[in-house]
Amino acid sequence: MNLHEYQGKALLKSYGVAIQEGILAQSVDEAIAAYEQMRGRTGSDVAIVKAQIHAGGRGKGGGIKLAKNLEEVKTHAGNILGMMLKTPQTPGGLDGPGKLVRKVLIAEDAYAPDFNACKEFYVSILMDRQRKCNVIVYSTEGGMDIEEVAEHTPHLLHKEYIDPTLGLQPFQARKVAFNLGLEGTAIKEMVKFITSLYNAFVGADASLFEINPCLKTGDGRIIAVDSKVVLDDNALYRHPELADQRDTDEEDPTEVEAKSYGLNYVQLSGNVGCMVNGAGLAMATMDIIKLSGGEPANFLDVGGTADAKRVENAFRIILRDDRVKAILINIFGGIVRCDRVAQGVVDAYNNIGNIHVPIIVRLQGTNADLAKKIIDDSGLEVYSAIALQEAADLVKKVLS
Amino acid sequence: MSVLVNKNSRIIVQGYTGKEGTFHAEQMIEYGTNVVGGVTPGKGGELHLGRPVFNTVADAVQKAGADTSVIFVPPAFAADAIMEAADAGIKVIICITEGIPVQDMVKAKAYLEKRDCRLVGPNCPGVITPDEAKCGIMPGFIHRKGTIGIVSRSGTLTYEAVDQVTKAGLGQSTCIGIGGDPIVGTTTKEAVELLMNDPETEGIVMIGEIGGTMEADAARYIKEFGTKPVVGFIAGQTAPKGRTMGHAGAIIGGKDDTAAAKMKIMEECGILVVNSPATIGETMLKALKK
Repeated sequence: MNLHEYQGKALLKSYGVAIQEGILAQSVDEAIAAYEQMRGRTGSDVAIVKAQIHAGGRGKGGGIKLAKNLEEVKTHAGNILGMMLKTPQTPGGLDGPGKLVRKVLIAEDAYAPDFNACKEFYVSILMDRQRKCNVIVYSTEGGMDIEEVAEHTPHLLHKEYIDPTLGLQPFQARKVAFNLGLEGTAIKEMVKFITSLYNAFVGADASLFEINPCLKTGDGRIIAVDSKVVLDDNALYRHPELADQRDTDEEDPTEVEAKSYGLNYVQLSGNVGCMVNGAGLAMATMDIIKLSGGEPANFLDVGGTADAKRVENAFRIILRDDRVKAILINIFGGIVRCDRVAQGVVDAYNNIGNIHVPIIVRLQGTNADLAKKIIDDSGLEVYSAIALQEAADLVKKVLS
Repeated sequence: MSVLVNKNSRIIVQGYTGKEGTFHAEQMIEYGTNVVGGVTPGKGGELHLGRPVFNTVADAVQKAGADTSVIFVPPAFAADAIMEAADAGIKVIICITEGIPVQDMVKAKAYLEKRDCRLVGPNCPGVITPDEAKCGIMPGFIHRKGTIGIVSRSGTLTYEAVDQVTKAGLGQSTCIGIGGDPIVGTTTKEAVELLMNDPETEGIVMIGEIGGTMEADAARYIKEFGTKPVVGFIAGQTAPKGRTMGHAGAIIGGKDDTAAAKMKIMEECGILVVNSPATIGETMLKALKK
């Protein structure tokens, strides 16, 4: 689960991480009030208006603007709120439709008063799959695309692996500070920053923290100017207060709906829909669609209980996409009995009625023969198959 | 021979009296698996499915001589169950549970490093040696005793491979579902290594998916030490970048995570890589005839 910048920063702050302060606004009026409150607090006329969406690269799409006075706050907040913000990370990238901005953060100018004395760093924490432990990744090259840094100047990227049984040790936090070339009070500040950041990562069961930029101010403070926080879905039961912050507006509405039916669905852009039990087989089915001359329209794992209700819900979701020219159902029945799935398909088909695309049903495993008979006897325009290759050939046939 | 589990394994089920544990333990027993009891804290002393229930894994080891455990404990308690099994001296721990918090597994994995045991999973279908021991949730009837070892990160896709191998007239020595999570107890390479060293195994099917470097690591091992034909498939050739495809571990991060990159490395290491998941069985049959 992803958090917005303002939610991530609130989480960091609750663990003692210094952040660029800000106030959330959902309208221009709220933005004005937020600005005035912020000005009262900082004594500065300058504020940053930051679009709150679940995607990075917001500045490139015009989603982050510096305002020097109240008028500029009004202008920028007015422009950004309600805009379709396109960034390299929004669906379809800069050529895509962008994402609707519903909220802005009115943030303090963290670089004041001495912009030139500021230095931007990159800090992230994630779980290293190979070493099976958490790792702090950091670099002097803050504010940049870190994948570029990793590719062109890998020597500027440092890593600190954390022992799972001991946790972050003080010497490791100091190492981060020294490798970043810090001096004076900034060293102590960075140690505190890294320590509290790591505590927040573990405490919140995060799977990714990315602080870019992490800023050293002119007077040697270390603060998080941005925050990208991804939480481990499997651990959300331990953090109901964080789970409540899920912003379904930021997610694909169909995927949110599918989830409520117990379906694991990812929308793609092809012409053949699919419905499969099990994630690995679902991916393999997408691959076989491609090999048969089609393009997968979705990933859909119906899970362990492929009953009539689920099959019907899955059908309805797939059929909503009018690019879909055929549907391949691929179920390997283990505990799930194929005859029950077949009956589910027939019932769902009849309930929906008027299905205008060919459907290929491949049922294999427990009671597969019985299942094929149910499909074949149903009188529906459904192609049935038992072997995977047969199903692939049928996809090819209906597309031609 | 075979690896990990056989007819002499003394198997317990953790989470024995729960809904999932009961259902699958019953199927395991029906298959002929040597289930010597189960563990449910607080229900020690009872009898369930005709076998004793113990309060702790240590009791099960001491009183029933357990050496293998299959875990069906809910996600919030599963990492703890893994560590309990390791502490009690269980040698093969198979964790079926899906949805364990990653940081729990980071700790459990580190705990296991210092102990003499092997974890398979979590989030996996389990391990089966046909006609000897079914330790997991896979449908027993699709398997035949034979000489092909199968290693896979997926559940139903493993069944698909098993079914094809069976229908090709071959059978399986041992099938190892290593699991779809970012942290797994036994990696693809370790599972391949077990099968490579098993005299009864004549060929290996290795099924991977997008995300991580496990398949590449296994491929490099095979290039250096492989003595048997290996057929490989990577699911997710059409998966988009940055999205989790069902399995928590199935996400394309960097460019080495993609199916294409993995397949290339596997091919370079001498693995017979199939593009279509429908041709796993026949490719293995051809390879063995050579």
